[in-house]
Order: sequence, then structure tokens, then C-alpha cells
Amino acid sequence: MPQLTPELERRLTTAVDRMPAFPKSVQTILEMTRNINCLPKSLVGVVEKDPVMTMKILRVINSAYYGLPNKISSVGQSVIYLGINTIKNLALSFAAVGILPRFNTAGFDIQRYLLHSLTVGSVARLLCEKYARSEADPGDCYVAGLLHDFGKVVFAQFMSAEFVLALTMAADTDKPLHVAETEVIGADHAFVGALLAKKWQFGEALVDCIRDHHASDVEPTPMLDCLRMADAICRKHAFGDSGNPWRDEELKRLPTRFGADIEMVIASLGDLNKHVEDARAFAQIGGEV
Amino acid sequence: MKVKMWGVRGSIPSPGPRTVRYGGNTTCIEVRSDDDSMVILDAGTGIFPLAQSLLARLPVQANIFITHTHWDHIQGLPFFVPLYIPGNKVRIHGAFDLVSMQGIEQVMNVQLQYSYFPIREAELKAGIEYETLTIGEVVMIGDAKVTPVLMNHPVTDLGYRIECNGKSVFFTGDHEPWLNIYAPEDDEYAEYQAMVEQRQAELDAAIGPVDLLIVDTAYTQAEYPQKIGWGHGTFDTAIAMARRIGAKRLLCTHHEPTRSDDDLEKVFAEALSRHPDPGCEVTLASEGLEIVL
Repeated sequence: MPQLTPELERRLTTAVDRMPAFPKSVQTILEMTRNINCLPKSLVGVVEKDPVMTMKILRVINSAYYGLPNKISSVGQSVIYLGINTIKNLALSFAAVGILPRFNTAGFDIQRYLLHSLTVGSVARLLCEKYARSEADPGDCYVAGLLHDFGKVVFAQFMSAEFVLALTMAADTDKPLHVAETEVIGADHAFVGALLAKKWQFGEALVDCIRDHHASDVEPTPMLDCLRMADAICRKHAFGDSGNPWRDEELKRLPTRFGADIEMVIASLGDLNKHVEDARAFAQIGGEV
Repeated sequence: MKVKMWGVRGSIPSPGPRTVRYGGNTTCIEVRSDDDSMVILDAGTGIFPLAQSLLARLPVQANIFITHTHWDHIQGLPFFVPLYIPGNKVRIHGAFDLVSMQGIEQVMNVQLQYSYFPIREAELKAGIEYETLTIGEVVMIGDAKVTPVLMNHPVTDLGYRIECNGKSVFFTGDHEPWLNIYAPEDDEYAEYQAMVEQRQAELDAAIGPVDLLIVDTAYTQAEYPQKIGWGHGTFDTAIAMARRIGAKRLLCTHHEPTRSDDDLEKVFAEALSRHPDPGCEVTLASEGLEIVL
């Protein structure tokens, strides 16, 4: 298990407070909230597509300030507990931080990262509905997909010098990105994302999924299976870019519950284009994603 | 346990001949436990006449529980005269605000600003304490047990269950029953509906059976479609709540400021006619009404 120095842990945790959200959600929320009759479902539809806003909302609602007996794992649930007006005002306060620039100093493309996170979330939800409906919650699988790589955007924003070295190593060698991150930074994005999620008292299943999505030696859970399969599908078909190029040898390590052939699994999910296009429309800033 | 209504109006004080029977002060309820410990629910303008009634017997020990920080529930606080008298103790309880990231201590800060009020908080002479509450965590006030329960309103709103020697009362503060934000034809409808029903069941369990249920009934059923999302209930939703939790008596409060006494009685009678067997005694709250449990 990697270790972060207390100083680095403190830096990363406080960094997220200052982390801006994604351009489309910031822009849309500012526009929507000028209309007093803005539909709650429209607002939720925007917030739940933004990993930064989702992370921040789950953080405040699961915090000790409220002491809710059950962990809240989705934006929809947050609306029921906090009310749409509080969610709206929280979203506005997140929007006021600013917007993530498309390219940070690490050269990490957050537009393509967002496309990856959104499609992994959508595909994880579809997989759960089709293959694990009685064993996991499709909404939870979506959130796991949306947030599984959150550690990367934290690295890109706040440890860009180290992260660019890791990205280069992953691109130029046969090392997966998480291995490169551990070599360069001392911890990978999965560890850092899970550390934040745990510190902010997210549900255990979500923390475990974020932490274990690259681990080959853990007991799989239905939610983790859906997340890992969704990640593989999106990386193999290049729906967005997680900074971690697909490697065919990964086929050998895919979860077994979906069958042996990844293309058959994809075919069983129906037309994924709609989901990819929805995600692309949201992630797109101006140019091609 | 004794419950006395000092303010029953919603939104804004509404004095005048049209509201003289039910009263124009905004929300304030005094609850006295069997050992005479005092719990004050909300500090709308009704807290001012309550304060006058306390001055004959000093020192005052008051525990004020704020349901939420909208003006009609806090605007009487700077006029709670015991705050200015040395030797009194006032403890103000309320929720943490997730948007401003501040505890209930901001309820005084925001009101006692130079431009809006001539006295600074530092000049108040009573011993004042603030307690930001955790949902579900019991606070003992003398022999009364107070439990905060999260409700549904456009700002964090706590309802309070007060129990004393086997008797109980619950006040919702402002509360709108949850609605599905999706239309039945939306993909998300069923999932959200399941969450709404779970949340409703959680709330009913947290309120539990009570001897007296005091509920926000700002609107009529006919008015409600124009007021969705404003954070208030109707006579009909209150009767449904009373029936679900097994309340022995339902008191309807937070009367609409534009509603005259005659109009209030008319819409109340219409609501009761839709529920000829409401399952418990249902009455309108009025200023000065005292109920002994």
C-alpha cells in the first residue's frame, strides 16, 4: 500500500476545494439559474455529469456536519436530502471557483478525460442493469464510473510536473499509467481518489471501487466488475482518453461475469453511440473531443 | 407537557382586523416540559409577546430551537428581551448550513449588523450559547428529550420531536412532501420515485407516533400546483402525514399571510370535507392557543 506524506495528503485534500469545475457545467448552471423556473431535473442532469461538482456535493452531504445515518451516493439522492435549492446554490458556489482549463501544465486534456469518465459511468450503469441488476445499484455504478479516475484530474491540476512525467512514461513504455504514477509520485490516481473519497466519508463500496479499479489481487464485487468492464470497453474503443492507452493483454484480466468476448458484451448493450454522443456533447468545449 | 402557540403566520407578519382571531405573528411555539424546562421552537415575531410573558420571573433559562433561518422563523430573535438582561441564559440550537458552511451562530451575526440593528452581539448581556445540531442526535432539556429531524425546504430545515414522560409533540417547521422531479415518461422516474418513497418512510419513522403533530399547511390543494418547490405543505398532505404516523391530534399552522380569518376557516372546512374521517382531531393553530398533553 503506497503512503503519502501528511503534507502531500493535506495539499491534495485542500486542493480540491480550489478545484474549478468543467466548462460546460459551469456555463450551463450560470445560465439555468438565471431562470427562477429552471427545472430541477435539468439542473441535476448537469451537476451529475461533472465529476468535480459531484465529488464536492457528495463531500458536503456525507460530512459530519449532518451526520446522516446512510451514505449518500448520487446527486439525485442528494437532492432528496438537501432540496433542489440547496443543490442549486452549492452548484453556483462551485461554479464561482472558475472553470478547468482544457489543457493544464501537465498537458492532460480534461475534455477527453471528461468524455472518458462520462462514458465509463454510462456503460457501467448499462452493464449493471443488464448483468448485475439484483446485486448492485445502477446509479451507484454510474457514480463509480464518473469518479473512478478523479485522482488524475487532481494530479493534473496540482502535481502537474510529476504527472506529466508519469503520462510520458505510460505513453513511451509498456507501463500502465497507474504503475508509472506510483513510480513517479509515490501513489497512483486510484489510491489518491479513494483517499479523498474515504476522507470525505463516501460509502465504502464507492471508495473500494475507486481504490481497486486497477488492482488484480482483490476479491471482485458486482460494482467493481461493472466499473472495470466499462473502463475496458471505453479505453479499447477510445471513448475519450484517460491518459492510459489500451493494451490487448488486459483482455486476459477482464471480469468473467460478462463472458469471454468483450465485443459480444458491447453488442449486448445495444447502441452505445447515443451515450457516447451525449457525453461528447457535454464534454465538448469547442473543438473535437 | 404544555404547548403554547405564539406565532402561527407564515412568511411575513400580518396584523390587522382580517387576522385578529388567528393572529398575525410569525412562527413561535413555547413548549414546557413537566419540570417546567422551556423549549422555544422558532423565533418569528411571536417570540416578542412570549418574551414579555417571561419578564415577571427572572432569571430566564431559554432553549431556542430554530427550524431554519428564513426570516419568518428568526426575525423576532433580536427582540427576545431576555437576551439583554444579565443573569439570563439563552441557548440557541439549529442546523449547519452547507452553502454558507456556517453553524447556527450566524443567525445572530447576520441580523445584528450595524446597518440593520443598533445593538451589537457583544452588547447582549445574557449568557448566550449556540449549539449546531446533528440530525437525529438527542438534546436533553431538563426532563424533555428533543430530537432534530431533517425535513424538506429550500434551506436546511429541522423538525423537532419533543418527548417528556411518555407524551410527545412534533413540529415540522416548514415542510413540503417530496415530489418526483422527473415525469413518468423519463428514464430516471422509477429510480427517483423509489428514493422518494424511501425518504418518506424514513421521515415517518423518525417522527413516530405523537400526541400532537404541528404541521406547515400554508396552501390549499388547489393552490399547491402554482407553489411546487416553495417548500410548504397543504392541509391534505398534513392530514395524510398525521394518518401515516398515527398522530392523536393535528394542529395546522404557518397560515398564508394573505388569508383572512374567514378565508382560513373556509379553506380549512373545505379540506376537512375531503377527509371526513381524518383519523385524529384536526384544528387550526391560533395565537394564544394552549394545549396540555
